[in-house]
Amino acid sequence: MQIKINVNGEDKTVEVKPHEYILDTLRNLGYYSVRRGCDTTSCGLCTILVDGKPILSCGTFAAKCDGHKIITVEGTGEEGKRLAQCIVEEGVDQCGYCSPGFILTVLAMKNELRSPTDDEIKHYLTNNLCRCTGYEGQLRAIRRFLEEV
Amino acid sequence: MKEVTRSIPKVDGLGLILGKPVYTDDLAPKNTLIVKILRSPHAFARIKSINTDIAKKVPGVECILTHEDAPKNRYTRAGQAYPETSPQDTYILDEYVRYVGDDVAIIAATSEESAEKAKKLIKVEYEVLEPILDIEKSEGNSTIIHPEDDSVCLVDSVGYDPSKNVVCKHIFDYGDVDKVLSESDLVLERTYHTQSSHQGFMETYRSATHLDEHGRLVVLSSTQVPFHVRRSLAKAFDMPIGQIRVIKPRVGGGYGGKQSANTEYYPALVTLKTGKPAKIIFTRQENFEAGLPRLPMRLDIKVGANNDGRITAIDLKAIGGSGAHGEHANSVLFATVMKVINLYNKVDAARYRGTGVYTNTVPTGAFRGFGATQGVFALENTINEIAEKLNIDPTVIHDMNMIKQGECAIRFDCNGVKNTGPYEIMQSCGLEQCVKRGKELIGWDEKFPGKQVAPNKFRGVGMAIARQGSGVPYQDMGSATLKLNEDGTFMLLIGATDIGQGSDTILSQICAEAVGIKTEDITVLSSDTDLTPFDSGAYASSTTYVTGNAVKKTGEKMRKMIIEEAARILNVPVRSINFDKGKITIDGISKNMTLGELGKTLLYAQKELIASDSYVCYKSPPPYIAAFAEVEVNTDTGKVFVENFVGVVDIGTPINPTLAKIQAEGGILHGIGMALHEEVRMNDKGKMETNSFMTYKVPTRKDFGNIIVEFDDSYEPSGPYGAKSVGEVTLNTSAPAIREAIYNAVGVRINSLPMTPEKVLMALKNKDRV
Ligand code: FES
Ligand code: FES
Repeated sequence: MQIKINVNGEDKTVEVKPHEYILDTLRNLGYYSVRRGCDTTSCGLCTILVDGKPILSCGTFAAKCDGHKIITVEGTGEEGKRLAQCIVEEGVDQCGYCSPGFILTVLAMKNELRSPTDDEIKHYLTNNLCRCTGYEGQLRAIRRFLEEV
Repeated sequence: MKEVTRSIPKVDGLGLILGKPVYTDDLAPKNTLIVKILRSPHAFARIKSINTDIAKKVPGVECILTHEDAPKNRYTRAGQAYPETSPQDTYILDEYVRYVGDDVAIIAATSEESAEKAKKLIKVEYEVLEPILDIEKSEGNSTIIHPEDDSVCLVDSVGYDPSKNVVCKHIFDYGDVDKVLSESDLVLERTYHTQSSHQGFMETYRSATHLDEHGRLVVLSSTQVPFHVRRSLAKAFDMPIGQIRVIKPRVGGGYGGKQSANTEYYPALVTLKTGKPAKIIFTRQENFEAGLPRLPMRLDIKVGANNDGRITAIDLKAIGGSGAHGEHANSVLFATVMKVINLYNKVDAARYRGTGVYTNTVPTGAFRGFGATQGVFALENTINEIAEKLNIDPTVIHDMNMIKQGECAIRFDCNGVKNTGPYEIMQSCGLEQCVKRGKELIGWDEKFPGKQVAPNKFRGVGMAIARQGSGVPYQDMGSATLKLNEDGTFMLLIGATDIGQGSDTILSQICAEAVGIKTEDITVLSSDTDLTPFDSGAYASSTTYVTGNAVKKTGEKMRKMIIEEAARILNVPVRSINFDKGKITIDGISKNMTLGELGKTLLYAQKELIASDSYVCYKSPPPYIAAFAEVEVNTDTGKVFVENFVGVVDIGTPINPTLAKIQAEGGILHGIGMALHEEVRMNDKGKMETNSFMTYKVPTRKDFGNIIVEFDDSYEPSGPYGAKSVGEVTLNTSAPAIREAIYNAVGVRINSLPMTPEKVLMALKNKDRV
């Protein structure tokens, strides 16, 4: 079947299979920042924004995204870059594998929560696993980012 | 020092996290064949027959390979130095399957759907055999897991005996343990069980293969050990090493798990058979079921002490479960003694007996902390109990007995052979300061031992110390090649493997420091066996120390060459040349030259400047940690929550403090996970019950309170600019410190990991009954 999606501001018409997940559609289109880390929707690596809301692309059918706006980390623009800069400065870009999903979730959180406490931040991001960093540095990076914007 | 001890961001940071295509799957050629594996449902069986006729008819299927099609050369997937001490006990595909999840057939198809469909249509007839699932029942069992006669170990001293299911045997002695124990005021005897835990890296095992224009095999792999992978593939396929090229793209985490080649053989076999590119990507489930988690261990320990608090003797026995293959068991069990007992070097006697055994469970391998993690759990638990029995504050008994700066490590006799090797002197050891500082940070004097904070909530504090090494002495080697470009910048070629820890950055900093230039002027190319010089790889906490020294030597050579060439071109004596920050100046003369000018002059008409050097370590200076845990235990549920965890770490002088800190925080959290919830668990048929992130609980950010890390400012004279290693040591103390904190909160001690709410609750019940 054919769907129309807008990825990072670009309109695309793509042929997808009915059982295809949007994760695979995006990877096939060359958006390599979208990654699979599990088979059970429990790691958050594959997070993308659909109409501004974070969703797990490994558990969302491509067909469901028909007519919707998708943002991957490649499309986060200056804001994404600024957050990435904070991450790099805190040294929490270890293997970097979890970073795109993490960045997108933080950006969504910034729009949803007003001056969140540490606990609220942790709660919002619980589903975003990172095995490298121990999370503390990520929290420092988020704090730095939120203070700057 | 300008470039080292500076927290510069990672050289590849931004690209990495903003989604640049840099990982194996991003770089794999498009339109490769997709490789899938049919896996065994039985823990132990012999394959009687495999029928692939129907499966082969599925459209898109290119080939289906079984043990009849695969080469019969035994190899090991473990990626350590040569000669490899793990038994060569693996075929790419074997007639026997030895664990649930073992490989039975390789399917290659043009699409994932075709491969999966074909997989279901393969018919296998098994002769099911009686498995051994328990490490304590393996040695000498009538079931023999490796009955074949062509499995060998390249090293005799390991004690490999497959007829008894024994992968390795260790015998280490120092003094007369029985005598010292019998004369000690107190002897504590304990048994502990540590579980198998999984590295849980986010990027699952994967690799892609193709043939280059010369027909050579090119392997792209998410690995920590590209050079060992090349050697292992050459062995498995009986190919010349020169016919294989291994490239390591960015790696999505390894923590030891990718120190073994786990996937490379499958697509390689497909590519060699079909001539076509192929790739395999393990699903998360496969990653667990056919991964290489930590060796589970049973540890029996006796520790002697006198009433004044002096530890007199340590007697440690370990059985380590190697699973269906012998990968790493020997070196893991070696670490269990060498990186553990030496924490207490003032004992009069010590003994270690270690045995690695086969079982019909997933093969185990390297995991951050290696065997030290398990051994430290046994030793530190027991020391903490001794402190209590003698009514001495644990921080005091540790301070009295632990190894200190300038002291010697124990010299064990091995297998009855007297050790006459050099004494290992601790030139840097900040443990004393680490304990002191950790005590302050956790607020030990106010909080020890613990207090009630609510009717059902109790808090307690506990501590532990640990050490690790920095590279494997007389074995691990790193090399570097440095080239001057015509604009005054440099290319640094290193075989070292950046797996996220930031070694590309750290090694650039060391290089820049040695040459006398800025880190930004260096471009790194790492881990491509065709292009970069040899390196043992990213394991044994070796990169900063071993490759760092190689890079330093190389940088110094380059510096010398630059000065000599400048002197020649400017026609002045060498000793009058100064070179700093990329500028060449001459004493007393206004003439000068930039590095770019020198580069241009040399390159276009004279010669290329290339410096290259290697370093093999002859010692392995240990990093140390003193850790303090503060936990809250809920006596209604048994749940333990780590409120605060303080780790004060001696890693020598950190080359890049920020990167080191993140590594330390990550290591501590791995340890907390292992202490409280992570476990690789099988059912009674050998089927893994914890094969997803739903059931295998890596910590989330809500599963702990705070992790606080500080570094002691020690300096290791043999390290590059004073550095030791940081990778592993931080994991080791979490479990014993938390165990003791639980005891100080609620009065129960848990002797098997993980310390789940069920176990805590059960212990509380039993305690009430007494
Ligand atoms: S891949 Fe793990 S949640 Fe989507
Ligand atoms: S940085 Fe490696 S998993 Fe998060």
